[in-house]
Amino acid sequence: MRHLLDFSGWDRARVAALFKTARAMKEVLSRPIKTVPTLKGRTVATVFFEPSTRTKTSFELAAKRLSADVVSFSGSSSSLKKGESIRDTLLTLAAYGVDAFVIRADAAGVPHQAARWLDAAVINAGDGRRAHPTQALLDAFTLEEALGDLEGRKIAIVGDILHSRVARSNAELLGLLGAEVWLAGPPPLLPRRPFFGARLTARLEEALKDADAVMALRIQKERLSGGRLPSEEDYRDGYQITEDRLALAKPGAPLLHPGPLNRDVEIEGTLADGPRSLVLRQVENGQAVRMAVLYHLLARRAA
Amino acid sequence: MSLLIRNARLVDARGERGVADVLVADGRIASLAGGEAERSIEAGGRLLLPAFLDLHAHLRTPGEEQKESLETGLRAAAAGGFAAVVMMPNTRPPLDAPEAVRGVLRRARAAGGARALAAAALTKGQEGRALAELRLLAEAGAVLFTDDGRTNEDAGVLADGLRYAAALGRPVAVHAEDAGLRGEGVVHECPLTEALGLPGNPAEAESARIARDLEVLRMTEGHLHLQHLSTKSGVRLVAEAKRRGRRVSAEATPHHLTLTVDALKTLDPLYKVAPPLREAADREALIEALAEGVVDVVATDHAPHTAAEKAADFLRAPFGIPSLEVAFPLLFTELVEKRGVPLGRLVEAMARAPRRLLGLEGGVLEEGAPADLVLVDPRERRAVDPAGFFSKAKYSPWAGWELLGWPVLTLVGGEVVHARLG
Amino acid sequence: MRFKARVMEAPEIARALSRIAHEILEATQGGRDLALVGIHTRGIPLAGRLAERIERFEGRRPMLGQLDITLYRDDLTELEHAPVVRETVIPFDVAGKRIVLVDDVLFTGRTARAGLDALTDLGRPARVYLAILVDRGHRELPICPDFVGKNLPTSRKEVVKVKLAETDGEDAVELWERP
Repeated sequence: MRHLLDFSGWDRARVAALFKTARAMKEVLSRPIKTVPTLKGRTVATVFFEPSTRTKTSFELAAKRLSADVVSFSGSSSSLKKGESIRDTLLTLAAYGVDAFVIRADAAGVPHQAARWLDAAVINAGDGRRAHPTQALLDAFTLEEALGDLEGRKIAIVGDILHSRVARSNAELLGLLGAEVWLAGPPPLLPRRPFFGARLTARLEEALKDADAVMALRIQKERLSGGRLPSEEDYRDGYQITEDRLALAKPGAPLLHPGPLNRDVEIEGTLADGPRSLVLRQVENGQAVRMAVLYHLLARRAA
Repeated sequence: MSLLIRNARLVDARGERGVADVLVADGRIASLAGGEAERSIEAGGRLLLPAFLDLHAHLRTPGEEQKESLETGLRAAAAGGFAAVVMMPNTRPPLDAPEAVRGVLRRARAAGGARALAAAALTKGQEGRALAELRLLAEAGAVLFTDDGRTNEDAGVLADGLRYAAALGRPVAVHAEDAGLRGEGVVHECPLTEALGLPGNPAEAESARIARDLEVLRMTEGHLHLQHLSTKSGVRLVAEAKRRGRRVSAEATPHHLTLTVDALKTLDPLYKVAPPLREAADREALIEALAEGVVDVVATDHAPHTAAEKAADFLRAPFGIPSLEVAFPLLFTELVEKRGVPLGRLVEAMARAPRRLLGLEGGVLEEGAPADLVLVDPRERRAVDPAGFFSKAKYSPWAGWELLGWPVLTLVGGEVVHARLG
Repeated sequence: MRFKARVMEAPEIARALSRIAHEILEATQGGRDLALVGIHTRGIPLAGRLAERIERFEGRRPMLGQLDITLYRDDLTELEHAPVVRETVIPFDVAGKRIVLVDDVLFTGRTARAGLDALTDLGRPARVYLAILVDRGHRELPICPDFVGKNLPTSRKEVVKVKLAETDGEDAVELWERP
């Protein structure tokens, strides 16, 4: 594995190997001293052309836990448009001797372009609607902790499916792990064509019925009013995950959310903090999984 | 000056015409049976065709000469075997005023290479709201009207434009795409691109708009020309309209005839084009439509941008594929050699049909016809090398493709505008 | 790789481990605050066997842990692929303990160095010892074992293979030679 762009070319063995490393990283994170010297002397650049404090923090902390040096760049693609290009930015950073680029962009394919331009490892931290592989890995890791083997498990993903890289990457990875993925949302926020073998439905009940786990997606506020949807109330009425609706899933089915949460929009407020919520576990696992990804890409001879 | 082209295999829209010595004098084909000339060229059995006319090219002048200039664009056209190019009016500012059309045509005459023809905007500023000065634009030299690059959302304005243009003997060319259905789409909408997370532009955006425009056409006496047809359903609508005798014509581009949405797997904005690359079934329908004449014309939609612009991310990179220099060898190799499309049919679609559509003579090999000629080598196999392009756009989706049929000599009105004879 | 000789058989290994167990008890005044930490892979069964013996001799079972030193290796940038990271399980607080690091072979000393670093990241032990089944020499770091099963002079081209019933189906120490 030279880059982590998406899951093309992945098999279950590779996922299992990564998760094994992630479990070792979790043990490291449980220690009083949460740092290991593994990537001493390596440099990781987080390059975020679209703001995301959470993912950026998670990656930077993961890199620091492994003793890598971290440089970070933030700037919107639109401000870049005026002068410097994405390519210029990346090549400039590369000149500092960066070993891995963690890239977030609002356009699909930027990490793939970067991988063509750079010699360093490239990790996709979310590209447009396309993919967010580390999020999917941490979700699958968290689901495996909660449910065991995901083969044959029904996972319902609810919300703005159309614009969601999390939905796409989860459909791809959970499908690879044998889960049956259902994607539910209001019709204007559902893609017109299916992807990665996941099932699409506008009927929330159909997706939730006997689900082994439920994942609510973050919904952009601007899409709720005047955009693709009539109103926030309209969304809540149809698609908010409530106690009653969660009761359609299997007893005790866990609830996930990639964060940040719009409280009382995607999920009824009390549920988000309830015993079935794995939201904080996801954050914790996210760090371990990202450490594992950095380890697999960088704890070896440079390419 | 006179020129004798010896031992050329003649091919035009009527097919293979045998080996002949062609005498060119005073800008015309003087004889197909040899004769005395000041200069002579040994064709060595290469193919002599009527040089092509491109109904659809973006030469970016005025205003965006960093992407292409008249000099580079017309030189590229000559290298591609084109005798003439219709320049699209979506320049900066758009060609919507008679003095602007005169200006660009005057500059083009001094640029060398292929001959330039101008398309003018159908509406002021290409905004689709108020008709441009079509009569004055025609007098200034505009050969067709189009708001290409934009979509004609107001059907009433289009209806008026078709009627007015008909009175002037000019076609109206449309970029048929429903802007609402296209939405923010940048690629063909299908399961592949949905998985790639690229906003989709459905085939129905094209077919729905073609259906509307064909209904609008029924209300007028006009000639509707559909640019860059890309969908199977669009082809079906055009075929049916033609069966009913409507005055409609259609073009297809080299990229829609040779590439499909599968190329998007690379996520390379090199393949970002409007309308988008479609599915294999659409490509097959286009090839069949070209072979049968439902698609009348091959037009390049040569749309150059700077390398830096094309290296932007997929959402921000501009739409467009440059193809003037590869169009003929590409289609000769991929359609004629590999798919059995008759060479005569390709020559028809690239040379005679576009001229007829504009009411121009030529596009045939006969005594007295204008000496717009191209000599191509059907045997020399050469890889596409964008670094060697005359166009400023030195990139290509076909880079590295091994092609036959490269033009080695292009004549415009009897004058050599391109020569790379060994 | 060419097989050269078997240098230890099962009974010899058993005797060496019993001797080491006695030495550990002697050094730690009967094994107070004693913990044995095996280094992956073969240090772990060896630590287990030492713990059994100590319990048999003294009636008190020492604490046991297992340590993976992969994250502390100094040669990661020279490898083709990132090596597998295995579980570290230290079910006790290392602070104040007398800890015996256990491994099968002592060679350059780099693994022992990594083990020390890994261990001290977990806390501050009172004392750390190093127990080794085979010391084959060629140290590259100033590391000296406290308890040794067998000193085996070797050449650099030679490879020492420790086989244990738990991991390899039999107990033996073999000497091989690289071409």
